[in-house]
Amino acid sequence: MHLSPDGIIFWQHGLFKLNATIVFTWGLMFLLTVGSKLITRKLSMGLERTRWQNLLEILVTSMRKQIADVGLRNPERYLGFLGTLFLFVAMAALCTIIPGYEAPTGSLSTTATLALCVFVAVPMFGIEERGIGNYLKSYVHPTFIMLPFNIISELSRTLALAVRLFGNMMSGAMIIGILLTITPFIFPIVMSTLGLLTGMVQAYIFTILSAVYIAAATRARKPKSEPQTE
Amino acid sequence: MDSMTIIAVASIASAGLTIALGSIGPALGEGRAVAMALNSLAQQPDAASTITRTLFVGLAMIESIAIYCFVVAMILIFANPFWNHVVTQVTGK
Repeated sequence: MHLSPDGIIFWQHGLFKLNATIVFTWGLMFLLTVGSKLITRKLSMGLERTRWQNLLEILVTSMRKQIADVGLRNPERYLGFLGTLFLFVAMAALCTIIPGYEAPTGSLSTTATLALCVFVAVPMFGIEERGIGNYLKSYVHPTFIMLPFNIISELSRTLALAVRLFGNMMSGAMIIGILLTITPFIFPIVMSTLGLLTGMVQAYIFTILSAVYIAAATRARKPKSEPQTE
Repeated sequence: MDSMTIIAVASIASAGLTIALGSIGPALGEGRAVAMALNSLAQQPDAASTITRTLFVGLAMIESIAIYCFVVAMILIFANPFWNHVVTQVTGK
């Protein structure tokens, strides 16, 4: 039994290994880009539209609404980043119904990469919105004593994002693997259905938490002056 | 008991203890959170979307504690560094 798809190696040449994580990540990226390209090739503005266009419109509008609900002012700016995170994690979980596929998010390297993207993106959006001086000032906001704690919280929440997604996806795959050896017929199917649900919930949570972090970094431009005027 | 047996017994027993003790707290916390969320849903059905979103995010935060325990237990069983060290010492000689 292996802990992650890192252990399955398709091809190896010297130091370079082509393991299942890389292959399935590139497969997912190919699927998402080519699929979106094919669907958006002929969009229609009228009432007659294809069902794939409907699907994409539902996805994009609901993601916009969720991002706006978290408290980000113009969701279009963050839709590219957060939407990509959501689509990738959700597709990685949904594709587990394909036999022989292992979710690349079940490997700690993939989730650590996604969490590092959030770790880099949060200060970038914060600086873009508030300017570098104001953003850095938020680290010493109540007093100077809070500086190390703020930095530790940035690091620990990145670690938490990575380990949470990894643990959930890995535990789903592992429970199915264990059940296959004990009760091979009905229970693995039930557990893989539950795995689909947890995968979607984890994708949602990953995106919402990133949105909350970005909102915390970009908001509070003027602390007390304009509380509820809008 | 030689050192290999001690390491094996300690890892297996502590892996079981880790997941058993570590899931008590998050289970209590999640039960409480869901109960409160159901309460407030019954009182204010209009705020359902906000309550549900906050509940999901909160549940994920609570659950990550249990997930940490699970990851530690899995490392102790499948990827134990001390066990690997002893195995390489025994077989490498």
